Amino acid sequence: MTETVTTPPDGAPAFPSDRTCPYHLPDQYNDLREREGSLQRVTLYDGRQAWLVTGYETARKLLADPRLSSDRTHADFPATSGRVESFRDRRPAFISLDPPEHGPKRRMTISEFTVRRIKGMRADVERIVHGFLDEMIAAGPPADLVSGFALPVPSLVICRLLGVPYADHDFFQEASRQLIQSPDAAGARAARDELEGYLGGLVDSLRAEPRPGLLNTLVREQLEKGTIDREELVSTAILLLVAGHETTASMTSLSVITLLEHPDQWDALRADRSLVPGAVEELLRYLAIADIAGGRIAKADIEIDGQHIRAGEGVIVTNSIANRDSSVFTDPDTLDVRREARHHLAFGYGVHQCLGQNLARLELEVILTALLDRLPGLRLAVPVDQLTLRPGTTIQGVNELPVTW
Amino acid sequence: MRVTADREICVGAGLCALTAPEVFDQDDDGVVTVLAAEPGAEDGAAAREAGALCPSGAVRVVG
Repeated sequence: MTETVTTPPDGAPAFPSDRTCPYHLPDQYNDLREREGSLQRVTLYDGRQAWLVTGYETARKLLADPRLSSDRTHADFPATSGRVESFRDRRPAFISLDPPEHGPKRRMTISEFTVRRIKGMRADVERIVHGFLDEMIAAGPPADLVSGFALPVPSLVICRLLGVPYADHDFFQEASRQLIQSPDAAGARAARDELEGYLGGLVDSLRAEPRPGLLNTLVREQLEKGTIDREELVSTAILLLVAGHETTASMTSLSVITLLEHPDQWDALRADRSLVPGAVEELLRYLAIADIAGGRIAKADIEIDGQHIRAGEGVIVTNSIANRDSSVFTDPDTLDVRREARHHLAFGYGVHQCLGQNLARLELEVILTALLDRLPGLRLAVPVDQLTLRPGTTIQGVNELPVTW
Repeated sequence: MRVTADREICVGAGLCALTAPEVFDQDDDGVVTVLAAEPGAEDGAAAREAGALCPSGAVRVVG
C-alpha cells in the first residue's frame, strides 16, 4: 500500500517515498541528496510542488527563520498525504502556531518536560520497562516486540505524565495508529473524532474531579482561567498523547532492528553501557523516524543557498536527508554508536523543536540498557527484508516485530 | 567567555541544561536560567555546544 505518486515529466520528483529497508534512505532520497544545492523541488501527492530542504545548514537556518509559518490550516501548507490534508480544517495545537502566539501556548506544557523533571522520572521509567520485559520473558519466545514492549512502554509513560487512564490503552493505541497511518482520509478523520471525544470527556471529568497529571494542570491553570479554550486543550492533549507514544515506540523497534543488523555496534554496547546515551543520539540521527514533520509555508520571499523561495510556497525539511549531510556528519550512512551526533535534526530545530525530546532520550536509554542486560541473545525471528515497513507518508516504523532470544 | 540567555524567546527544549548543567538550568516553569555567566575553562566546551544546539537562539555564548 502506498500513497506516493510517480515523478512527473518536469523533473520534480515525487515526495515522500517509502523506505525499502528500515534504516536506509529510499533510493529516491539518495538521488535527491546527490543533486547540487540544499533545496530541491518535489511533487506532493496532490500534484502541488514544494521545496524540499536536503542540506543540514539550510535546514537549520530555515527552521529558525520567522518568515516561514507552521500554520497547518493555511491553504498553502504543503500536505504530504490525503490523511494530513484531511486535518487542515481542524483546530490545531501549538505545533501549528507561529510566534508570538506560539510561545505562551507551548510554555503551558514545558514545566513537565524539564531536564530535572525527566531525571526524576528515571526510576518510574525503569520500573515500567522492566515490568513489560518481565511479562514478555515469562511468556517466552518468540514475541512481537511492538505489542509486547515497544508500544506499551511509552504508552504507559505518557499516560502517567498526562493523567490519561492506561486502562483505556486498547482504544487510544488503535485510534493513534489510525490517526497517523490510516490509508484513507476518512479513517484518519474518524480516528481523530474518536480521540477528540475521548480526551474531551476526560477534560470535562477533570473539571469536576481533579486527578494527577499535566492535563489536570492545564484544566486548573489554563482552561479555568480562560487562557486556553476546551477545543484547543483537547487538540493539545491529542498531540501530546499521540506524539508521546508513537514516536518512542517506532524508535524502539527500528533501533532494535538496526542494532541487530549491525552486530558490531550491538556488541560494543553490550561491552560498554556508557556508550548507550551516545548510541541513542546516533540512532535518532540515523533513523529519523519523523522525517516529514518539518512542513512550512513561506510568508515572504526568501533568498537562500542561491534559490528564491517565493511567498506562499511550501517548504519541507526532511531530517532523514539532512541528518546524512556529509559536510556535517563524516561517513553519514554508517551507524557509529561512538559518534558525537547530538546536533542531529531528528527532533527538528527552531521554536517547534520536540517538546518531549528529553523524555524520549530517557526512555530510549532505559529501554536499550534493559534489552542489553536482560536479552543479550535477542535476534529477529524473521529476515529483515520480510518486515512490513510503514509507508513514507507517516512516522517511520513497523507495526509488528517478531523477535526471539 | 560570557554566556547570556534570553528568557523571553526560550522554548524550554532543555538542551542547554542537558549539555552544560554547570552553566545552565531551567526554572520551575521550564525557562532557561544562567548559573555561571562567565564559565571557567572546564565548562567552556559544553557551554559552546549548548549555544550551538539551542533551537530558539535564546542561549548566546560570546568570547
